[in-house]
Amino acid sequence: MSIHFPNGLRKPVYFWLFLFTCTWLLSNYSFTLYKALGARWIIKFPSAWEWQLDVWISSFMTWLVEDAGFGLFTFRQLTRFLSALIEAPYNAMRALLADGFNSGLGQHAVEIFPAMSWVAITLLLVLLALCVGGRSLALLVGGCFLYLATFGQWQSAMVTLASIAIAVPIGVIGGLVLGILAYRSERFERLQRPVLDLMQTVPIFAYLVPILFLFGFGPVSALVATIIYAMPPMVRVVLVALQSVPEPLHEAGRMAGCTPRQMMWRVLLPSALPTLMVGVNQVIMLSLNMVIIASIIGAGGLGYDVLAALRRLDIGGGIEAGMAIVVIAIALDRLSQAFTKSDSSPNQSFGFVRSKPLLYFVIALMVTITMALLGKVWPVVQNYPEPMVLTTGRFWDEVIKWININFFEVFETVKTALLTYFLLPVKRFFVGIPWAWGIIALGLAGWRVSGAKLGLLCAALAGAIAANGLWREAMIAVYLCGVSVLLATAVGIPLGVWAGQSESANKILSTLVDTLQTLPSFVYLIPVVMLFRVGEFTAMVAIVIYAMAPALRYAAHGIREINPQVIEAGKVSGCTHWQLLWRIKLPLAVPSLLLGLNQTIMLALSMLVITALVGTRDLGQEVYIALTKANTGQGIVAGLAVAFIAIIADRILSALAKSSQARLGLVT
Amino acid sequence: MNQSVLLDCQGLWKVYGPNAEKFLRGQLTSIDQTALEKAHLTAAVRDANLQIRKGEIFVIMGLSGSGKSTLVRCLSRLIKATAGSIRFEGQDLIGMSERELIEVRRKKMGMVFQHFALLPHLTVLQNVSFPLDVQGVRLTEREVRAREMIDLVGLTDRETAYPRELSGGQQQRVGIARSLVGDPHLWFLDEPFSALDPLIRHEMQNEFLRLQNKLHKTIIFITHDFEEAVRLADRIAVMKDGEIVQIATPEQLVTSPATDYVEEFTRHIPKTKVIQLVTIMQEGCPAGSYAGDLKQSLKVADVVTQVGQTSRPFRVLDHDGTPVGTVDRQKLVSIMLGQELVE
Repeated sequence: MSIHFPNGLRKPVYFWLFLFTCTWLLSNYSFTLYKALGARWIIKFPSAWEWQLDVWISSFMTWLVEDAGFGLFTFRQLTRFLSALIEAPYNAMRALLADGFNSGLGQHAVEIFPAMSWVAITLLLVLLALCVGGRSLALLVGGCFLYLATFGQWQSAMVTLASIAIAVPIGVIGGLVLGILAYRSERFERLQRPVLDLMQTVPIFAYLVPILFLFGFGPVSALVATIIYAMPPMVRVVLVALQSVPEPLHEAGRMAGCTPRQMMWRVLLPSALPTLMVGVNQVIMLSLNMVIIASIIGAGGLGYDVLAALRRLDIGGGIEAGMAIVVIAIALDRLSQAFTKSDSSPNQSFGFVRSKPLLYFVIALMVTITMALLGKVWPVVQNYPEPMVLTTGRFWDEVIKWININFFEVFETVKTALLTYFLLPVKRFFVGIPWAWGIIALGLAGWRVSGAKLGLLCAALAGAIAANGLWREAMIAVYLCGVSVLLATAVGIPLGVWAGQSESANKILSTLVDTLQTLPSFVYLIPVVMLFRVGEFTAMVAIVIYAMAPALRYAAHGIREINPQVIEAGKVSGCTHWQLLWRIKLPLAVPSLLLGLNQTIMLALSMLVITALVGTRDLGQEVYIALTKANTGQGIVAGLAVAFIAIIADRILSALAKSSQARLGLVT
Repeated sequence: MNQSVLLDCQGLWKVYGPNAEKFLRGQLTSIDQTALEKAHLTAAVRDANLQIRKGEIFVIMGLSGSGKSTLVRCLSRLIKATAGSIRFEGQDLIGMSERELIEVRRKKMGMVFQHFALLPHLTVLQNVSFPLDVQGVRLTEREVRAREMIDLVGLTDRETAYPRELSGGQQQRVGIARSLVGDPHLWFLDEPFSALDPLIRHEMQNEFLRLQNKLHKTIIFITHDFEEAVRLADRIAVMKDGEIVQIATPEQLVTSPATDYVEEFTRHIPKTKVIQLVTIMQEGCPAGSYAGDLKQSLKVADVVTQVGQTSRPFRVLDHDGTPVGTVDRQKLVSIMLGQELVE
């Protein structure tokens, strides 16, 4: 493929400089231009051309819910059936963990069997941790669950845990099925890929509304939303895991005389198990990430506590419940990671969980019954004693108050300075870009990095955003996201480079990043809002913290993966430490850095929508407003616009990463 | 040499590219590189003809990219050849359905892989019994047979280990045991020792010869190492650019290489290790005083010390023990000095 640019633009630097200058000029003078020519279409997409996509979607949804049918049953009956299918196990799980099994309703309820006692649950999880990860993991898990009990979060935490315990298996099995189908049939994989792309890039808020329409307000809707959100990565992981089973293993399986089914279940899946466990871990973490958001459409538990506290501006309460989610996240994350690793270092004395899961089940049953009986005698065993509950809410209130009193000036100065000299100019630049030029510029950029196909895709997606009358909101989103990504990489990459070169720095930073990444995105908002109040600046800070992790991680990875011989060659040639970094390590790490940047942008966009809660004016806000008004069409269209931005960024950066990998000869 | 043929492969082509099959069907008589290139096709195997005889070690030798791996995968039907015929025990291997193929692989073929290809989640015992397991053989029976194989390859005490806990040599022993557990008629070894250290490689070659002495399998062995080929083979096929350049015994290869390419390989092989006495002996065995008797299949290098100790000639005996010729010190010296061979 050869594209002929004018000679002067052959060199990449000149091309990008040219593109930027044009954009800057047009952005700066678009208003003048519009005044001079009297052509309002320059700054505003002509409303006559606007699509009515949101209206169509809304009326389609109404039709679907009210009139659609499949002959034997209506669509509404189908959703009711699905709903019942999910609700039954959820209710059972919730009864087991939190509410107890009762017969009868309300006042007349008779307890048949109590919920598992806090002692039993903690003991069983500690035992599990001991088996798969050894003593330190057992201590961690035990500590986490004791925290839940002592700080009075037990009941809510168990409700949350029950929904996780239902969402995760469904997500994992669904992911497995779709992944295997995609592996078996290339056609199915091709069909599925764009759907997955969209599911992962459309912000969660956007599909809360249609789910609300179909399943009503309540835990089922919350579970459906959680599953839809958590499953796509599993599908991808399954596909990648199956595809990366080495060819000789396939051949060995075939030469052993495996039928296709034996091949899948006896050879491919078992040998891909470590990678599959990574997917399971992802599903768990994403499900937890959804806990707070899902409570908007009816999940109870900790998520609801956080949301309610935020709405009351109850700082202490919010932090406490948020911490409880974090604690569960950490415990479940480490547990599931230990399952991944324990494959390679089976713990001899306690390895039975892996080899004899049935035995563990029997032990669990016995412990549960024993504790339930003991609980009848000593209520302490059944429920953690109320008087011993500690609360830190007060403490957090005081801390925030103290910080605000003593550092208000400092925060305010920093905030104003950044706003005036950095945020606002960038905002003016992006918002000023006339939509027509924006489409052309993105098309050119896509064309330049990969070819006509990508150029057309970028232009078409940008055009679709403009055609739905969302250009301005999209540009604000791009500005906020761009600024945050810039700051996140400016902090993350140097830290990553440091971690890539120093073992001790790596230890500290990777622990920090791991912990940050286990936090549900919503939790980031809590302290930031407390300190900076609402507004774009607050949103930016939250996005930067949330999106920094991949920049750091990929940079460290990129530096560490460099062939040591190349570095030795550099040393032998007489490079100083800095020369080694600038001339050898960084250039070789460019593909990794680009991939990290890509991930950072994706995380930033997903956080962007959540920050709508603290008062931004971009696409995220559009989605959020649609949610509060239960306007399906508006929500989906704005959500798609976010997805389009994500896809454009992803495709351009992936193409760049690919070409830089090819240039460095890293592609096999 | 009238051993029966186990695998007969005629006019085999493996061509990659769009519509390869159609292209080949049109012009099987004369295909040249330019015609292939014009159709955007690449040929990994070109018109391979070979017959594997029962009980022989047939080595396919070639450098990387010569098509040897593709050829062996065509022969074991891991991939489907584009054109040509393969008959295995009289059955047409190419026309077989997937179901029939599974049956053939379960009962009649075994294969050892370069990078072992052991299943990481199974123990040594489970790995070795895996082929029986997928056939549905009962647990007790398959473990008995798997243990036999493990004993045979000398890993008796490592049954419960996982592949990651074994050294490369041990892993390949597991691979060998696994490939033999179904008692295959045809045994494929795809560069089985290439991934091992030189010392281990030598040890494994000896081990392989020891096994073959016991089992008498029909073997197709792939290697890129000419010395290994010479050491192990009854016959060698040398491949270059997808074509079989020459099929011959090691001795024939060394004494009369078909092309310069083959000769290039043979140059570094000490001829005395390859040439058998039958080739260099003085034919006819007149009565007289002899220092002793030597079998005609012995290599020159094997007897050089013995023959060198005396000036008297030795008698050379054929398979049946009948004297067919003589060798003496002078003859050996001239061979070792690299002088022209007789005839």
